[in-house]
Amino acid sequence: MTLINRFFASRWGVVAVGVFIGVLAPVLVKAGNPGNMGVCVACFSRDIAGALGLHRAGTVQYIRPEIIGMVLGALIAALAFREFKPRTGSAPLIRFLLGMFAVIGALVFLGCPWRAYLRLGGGDWNAILGIAGLIVGVAGGVVFLRLGFSLGRSRPAPAALGWALPLLMVGLLLLLIVEPQLGRDADGNATGPIFSSDSGPGSQYAPLIVSLIVGLGIGVLAQRSRFCTIAGIRDFILMRDTRLLGGILALIAAAFVTNAALDQFHAGFDGQPIAHTEHLWNFSGMALAGLAFTLAGGCPGRQFILSGEGDGDAAMFALGMIFGAGFAHTLTLASSSAGHGVYGLAAVLFGLVACIIIGLTMREPKSV
Amino acid sequence: MTEMATVDARGLSCPQPAMMTRQTVLKLGAGVIEVLVDTSTARDNCARMAQSNGWSVEIERRPEGEFRLVLRKWST
Repeated sequence: MTLINRFFASRWGVVAVGVFIGVLAPVLVKAGNPGNMGVCVACFSRDIAGALGLHRAGTVQYIRPEIIGMVLGALIAALAFREFKPRTGSAPLIRFLLGMFAVIGALVFLGCPWRAYLRLGGGDWNAILGIAGLIVGVAGGVVFLRLGFSLGRSRPAPAALGWALPLLMVGLLLLLIVEPQLGRDADGNATGPIFSSDSGPGSQYAPLIVSLIVGLGIGVLAQRSRFCTIAGIRDFILMRDTRLLGGILALIAAAFVTNAALDQFHAGFDGQPIAHTEHLWNFSGMALAGLAFTLAGGCPGRQFILSGEGDGDAAMFALGMIFGAGFAHTLTLASSSAGHGVYGLAAVLFGLVACIIIGLTMREPKSV
Repeated sequence: MTEMATVDARGLSCPQPAMMTRQTVLKLGAGVIEVLVDTSTARDNCARMAQSNGWSVEIERRPEGEFRLVLRKWST
């Protein structure tokens, strides 16, 4: 156990996890997932929201087993290494809102930080704008952290609280397998939810068992190594700590090599899978996402992993992402391959203003 | 007996525990610092932060899943 712990705590442990994700994500694409979308926590939150009927965009509806696997994998690792620790009380409402803003920004770009790196590793140069925006957003978050921003302290909580999100994930898995038709149309015929896409990204997926196992593997490894696609940038800017940054660079390099080996590397701006070429939107969407993720303390994958460890505040962020993804499509905030959504600009501006207010006003109460 | 500075980062999420530890480490330059955290992530981050600044780290596991780190550095 100590040897394993020491390895994952080291620089090479994070690099190994980055390589694991960077190799397996393109393999998931080969196995059926949408292009450059082996793993995308924002896109998968959106697909889950669609399957549950939180939005009705017919092309993005599928309960993604990777997300379920990540949470349950983190739960297993946390239990095995005595790190399962139910806790809550660190501004759960604000975290829920940050989750909503983060996913809205990510869906303007069309991908979370994980997918931004995977898109880069697949030759989609639009990702460069997204990653540049992400860095600017993270840097903005660091400014607020230096000014004293804090979401306050969490407190230990009953075991049931820590188990809530993992059990919700088990429930999602059952819904995915059984696929009940819980709705009724105007004529009283059974219809979704659970919805499933006939075309588009939601109709493209690797076999359930493959997705679930890869998700479990990512969950275990990310829990052990604290892999985080935001903290890699944040810690470098904030403290010149490059440990987690190594994981990001390893992920991009491994995705590039694997995509090349699988004949999935296609360099350019135009015609990239589930991507658009509007540079300003790619940049600004991810700037919002980067700021929201930084204020919440970690990337979307990390939030789901922490939820598996019993962190009820991270679970609020994760739920905020799923609900936010529902709004992003219902209110036409999200982009598509054709370009930005009708209210995308308004959503990004609103989200930035809200995050700046949160960054300036949230402080740890003096009395604690 | 050396006076010990205390950093109480219990309940705070990343990156605050490491930031607070760094701030105290840089401010004191040398001496003894007690750091209280309640997750293993914060424990590892604070320990790594201190070690990279030349401090020795002693870790004690406390009840309720908390950790007490004692950081030491002799003035040169």
